[in-house]
Amino acid sequence: MSAPSLSIRNLHASIGEKPILKGLTLEIPKGEVHAIMGKNGSGKSTLAKVMAGHPDYTATSGDVLLDGESILGLEPDVRARLGLFLAFQYPMEIPGVTIANFIRAAVSARLPKGEELDAIEYYEKLYAKMDALSMARTFTSRSVNEGFSGGEKKRCEILQMAMLEPSYAVLDETDSGLDIDALKIVSAGVNALRGPDIGMLVITHYQRLLDYIVPDRVHVMSEGRIILSGEKDLALKLEADGYDWVEQEFGNKAA
Amino acid sequence: MTTETKPEIDIDRSIGDFRYEMDYAFDAGVGLNEATIDYISDVKGDPDWVRAFRKEGYRKFLEKPMPTHWATKDLENIVFENIRYYLAQGQQAKRSWDDVPDDIKETFERLGIPEQERKFLAGVEAQFDSEAAYSNIKAAVGEQGVIFVGSTDGLKEHPEIFKKWFGKVIPSGDNKFSALNSAVFSGGSFIYVPPGVKVKHPLQAYFRINAQNFGQFERTLIIADEGAEVTYMEGCTAPKFETATLHSAVVELVAMKGAKIQYITVQNWSSNVFNLVTKRGLAHEDAEVKWIDCNIGSRLTMKYPGVVMKGKGARGEVVSIALAGDGQHQDTGAKMIHAADNTTSNIISKSISLGTGRATYRGMVHVPKHLKGCKNNTECDALLINSHSRTDTYPAISVRGQGNAVQHEASVSQISAEQIFYMQQRGLSEAAAMSLAVNGFVNDLVQQFPMEYSVELKRLIDMEMEGSVG
Repeated sequence: MSAPSLSIRNLHASIGEKPILKGLTLEIPKGEVHAIMGKNGSGKSTLAKVMAGHPDYTATSGDVLLDGESILGLEPDVRARLGLFLAFQYPMEIPGVTIANFIRAAVSARLPKGEELDAIEYYEKLYAKMDALSMARTFTSRSVNEGFSGGEKKRCEILQMAMLEPSYAVLDETDSGLDIDALKIVSAGVNALRGPDIGMLVITHYQRLLDYIVPDRVHVMSEGRIILSGEKDLALKLEADGYDWVEQEFGNKAA
Repeated sequence: MTTETKPEIDIDRSIGDFRYEMDYAFDAGVGLNEATIDYISDVKGDPDWVRAFRKEGYRKFLEKPMPTHWATKDLENIVFENIRYYLAQGQQAKRSWDDVPDDIKETFERLGIPEQERKFLAGVEAQFDSEAAYSNIKAAVGEQGVIFVGSTDGLKEHPEIFKKWFGKVIPSGDNKFSALNSAVFSGGSFIYVPPGVKVKHPLQAYFRINAQNFGQFERTLIIADEGAEVTYMEGCTAPKFETATLHSAVVELVAMKGAKIQYITVQNWSSNVFNLVTKRGLAHEDAEVKWIDCNIGSRLTMKYPGVVMKGKGARGEVVSIALAGDGQHQDTGAKMIHAADNTTSNIISKSISLGTGRATYRGMVHVPKHLKGCKNNTECDALLINSHSRTDTYPAISVRGQGNAVQHEASVSQISAEQIFYMQQRGLSEAAAMSLAVNGFVNDLVQQFPMEYSVELKRLIDMEMEGSVG
């Protein structure tokens, strides 16, 4: 078997009758950070949702392999417990459920049957991760995402990621709605999780995020496919020159 | 309004769903007539005035129409002549756990009653079918002069205390089911807390229906004398039977000047129990009556705990949670009768409808014209889970006069597919995600429950969700 990776192979997916992903292929080896950039409507967020198993999307052909195992037929929670994490662009509010209880339920769901979470260890870890993200302790007793600012929601996503220790994480426009200070905190949180045991896919519209989360590879997405891949300087070129030249030069090749 | 047959849902009620073959020493037989009432009075050795009270209740029961002009027609499916009105193994409640017959003991041990008592309860009254099987009160509470006995003992041994209020807060003719209860009542708790005594730990009762086609008609009367405080908790279960079973209790609370009574119910009836209960409290000057009522299970529950605020500055509160599972109807609410100046009432109701389950809220707030400085706050929130669910709100607020303030808020919400997806993405199964969202919905109310009951409530919600999603 090849090295562990999150592998997307010639993936086609639709919402209703409308095809969005049209043969997308991408390999994220464990230990690397890849970025996907692209215009609005290029299918970036759809890719994240299809991987995570959102019920509105149907994968019509192709495959997604997590360390060699196909996950497309699995329930979203099974995929999550296998190690796939999605940081949502628009995290949902769950009224009445505190952050501490929510993450605790998620951590507990990963324990072998019959095993109980050690509450003291859990809170020690939770507080340490919150400190790293400059989150006040009082945060734990607030309802998940309810009344949160944009920055608080994104920090809360990264906190969950830190606590759940996924083997692959997809960050869907984590930079949207953040001011520069919040962006720095969130990026620092993500960077702290980088390492040989995790592969990350960072989806973004702007190069700005990649100043803080420096990717190993950058991919350009257009009309449901990856049309160009390169090193991190590709992001700078996109920032300077826009997306049009890439689409004109590479957009039709695979069509 | 639908009256089609109710589907059985087969959820795991592993704790409550068991039953023993019992050899009942006293059985009033099937059906109801004067002779049934005489049988019950004879067996219990009722004083003459209680026998007369029962007969009057029976007459009123026959006179009163079924309230189907405003309530569900499902009530017509109760076949009164098929019900057994009195079943008991023995008369005297046992004071020591060792005296309780083994099979009843086994039932209660499975339900964890003595264990709970050992932990923190000041006293426990456990009712198995018609009569209390085991009742006890911790020495310390008894020394303070607190009386905690079954209704039969209360009327026989302490008529000077209980006769004065018995049937006064809820007259037997209040409604058809309070009349029925008045005719055939047995079991339930009679509690008297002397002036100034604050009972630290909750007193508890546990009601269980064990026999098929049985009607359970317990009667509870709690009197907190001036400045006294008491919390009472009741739990209810029944196993699943082939045919409908009736639970029709009457609970009267009397809070004298400055007294506080808190009455907590967590019920988990099986899905063919008709649960038709009348509960009302009387709050004198500066007194407080609070009902915390949690209704899970049953085929039909009709229950509207009320508080009559009779003295100045009295307070009434109803906090209720209703969960209507598949095929169930929770018709619940609250009645607040303001009868003095500067009285305040608060109603907070949350309902959850699952599958074909139906939740109805009926609220009545009455502030007459001549009163001043009265306040009511009503909040009712409904949560619908899946498209068949139904919820109705019937608030009736009549406020007259100047300087009285009323506030009413209602909301209906759903758990969205996006919320479930979000939680599933964190690794929670669909059922676990539902449970968590439902628990979140009622969380602010559950925090008002004693720890033991909030844990139990969470477990019951989890069980309902597993049954509805899995």
